Amino acid sequence: MGLTVDLQKEVKGFTLDVSWRAEDGITVLFGYSGSGKSMTLQMIAGLMRPDSGSIRLNGGVLFDGSHGVDIPPQRRPLGYVFQDLALFPHMTVRENILYGAGRLCRDERRVRAEELIRLFRLGGIEGSLPSEISGGQRQRVALARALIRRPEALLLDEPFSALDNPIRVEMRRLLSRIREDFGIPIVLVTHDIIEACTLADRIVVYAGGRVRQAGPPGEVLGNPAGPDVEMLVSAAGTAGLQLPAGLHLN
Amino acid sequence: MRYLDDSVLFSLRLSLQVAAVSTVLVAVSGIGIAYVLARKDFRGRGLLDMMVTLPLVLPPTVTGYYLVMLFGRNGLIGRYLYELTGWSIMFTWYAAVLASYVVALPLMIKTARAAMESVDPNLVNASYSLGHSEAETFFRVVLPLSRRGIIAGTVLSFARALGEFGATLMLAGNIPGRTDTMPIAIYTLASSGEWTAANFMVLLLTLVSGFFIYTTNRARAV
Repeated sequence: MGLTVDLQKEVKGFTLDVSWRAEDGITVLFGYSGSGKSMTLQMIAGLMRPDSGSIRLNGGVLFDGSHGVDIPPQRRPLGYVFQDLALFPHMTVRENILYGAGRLCRDERRVRAEELIRLFRLGGIEGSLPSEISGGQRQRVALARALIRRPEALLLDEPFSALDNPIRVEMRRLLSRIREDFGIPIVLVTHDIIEACTLADRIVVYAGGRVRQAGPPGEVLGNPAGPDVEMLVSAAGTAGLQLPAGLHLN
Repeated sequence: MRYLDDSVLFSLRLSLQVAAVSTVLVAVSGIGIAYVLARKDFRGRGLLDMMVTLPLVLPPTVTGYYLVMLFGRNGLIGRYLYELTGWSIMFTWYAAVLASYVVALPLMIKTARAAMESVDPNLVNASYSLGHSEAETFFRVVLPLSRRGIIAGTVLSFARALGEFGATLMLAGNIPGRTDTMPIAIYTLASSGEWTAANFMVLLLTLVSGFFIYTTNRARAV
């Protein structure tokens, strides 16, 4: 069970070669911009084709280069929240959420939409356009839209980077709630170490298209695999992040 | 009104009819071609792009000449059509539609394509990842978001079709009461020195074209 990723891809002089595994709970892909994190998400979602490798989700194969399997994005049971959210500007909040409901029957679509509107506190703005609501609200619409067809995994590409700090804190709380309620692997891409440490059950550290280290936040912070990882995570220490008991940065 | 005689009315009606029919054809096929050019990468894409742009820069007489070579009674396609059915498009009002269609098509493709290319590719990706096919995505995301460009392209095409002269003359000829659209009737009147009637028709064509552009501009502004 869970999401298993093993990918190789070469684009314009950049080589991505990564392999990791995500169980239920939050797995954070952490690293500088341009280290291949977003590219990995796009390949998991089927929006970019890897050169080789495989992607498996709960025993099903989404991609397998050696057997020529490449499930189109439409048929991958994933929720994907884009970095810029990609809400449809010509659809209302409700229409955006329902657009994700796909082939469910009409009653079920309505019931689920209502559930999500309640869960994400979007009541009262269902009829508004994305341009008429706040950044935090847009964020919640994107999450609701990604979750309405009950995906088997949720992919989040730097979803909170454009938000003000208090709203980010609120969104982190919401994400913990999703983690409890949905019980699916959640893969979150970020270059913010604080965000990575507060949310992650497991951190996968990316650098230059490779995985440098993978493990629980405490382990990555307390025992970095090398000077580059130490450098990457050092911001956590200077920002005064509370480490789990018994851990300290050298 | 003594100027509004049968032949003027006929030309006005024929022009509107030709422009309307060719605009419908231009809109349907132009949107399709624009989408393919905007979002697909394939061999021959550059060639297709060039072919559909050429009528914009070639003199309409040259475009008309090509169309005669293709659809004339001895043309590459027209020959077989004539052998099979005994019918030729030459010197019918369909020929005027064909001429207007080919000449107006690039305007539709250029504007619709620019509009479609400005649709954020992430919205298309989002639609795919939410389970929607390419066709559904086209109708529910790409098309509504490029609506303005498509309306603009349609208006331009209609105005261009209404004013089409050169290719129409080559293909449909100048047959009074059959293929003399307004621009062609104006040419006939002017060349035979009937200035009063020509003046009236010129004014009428200007007003009709102006009216369409003005009302659609207003509709778009709202």
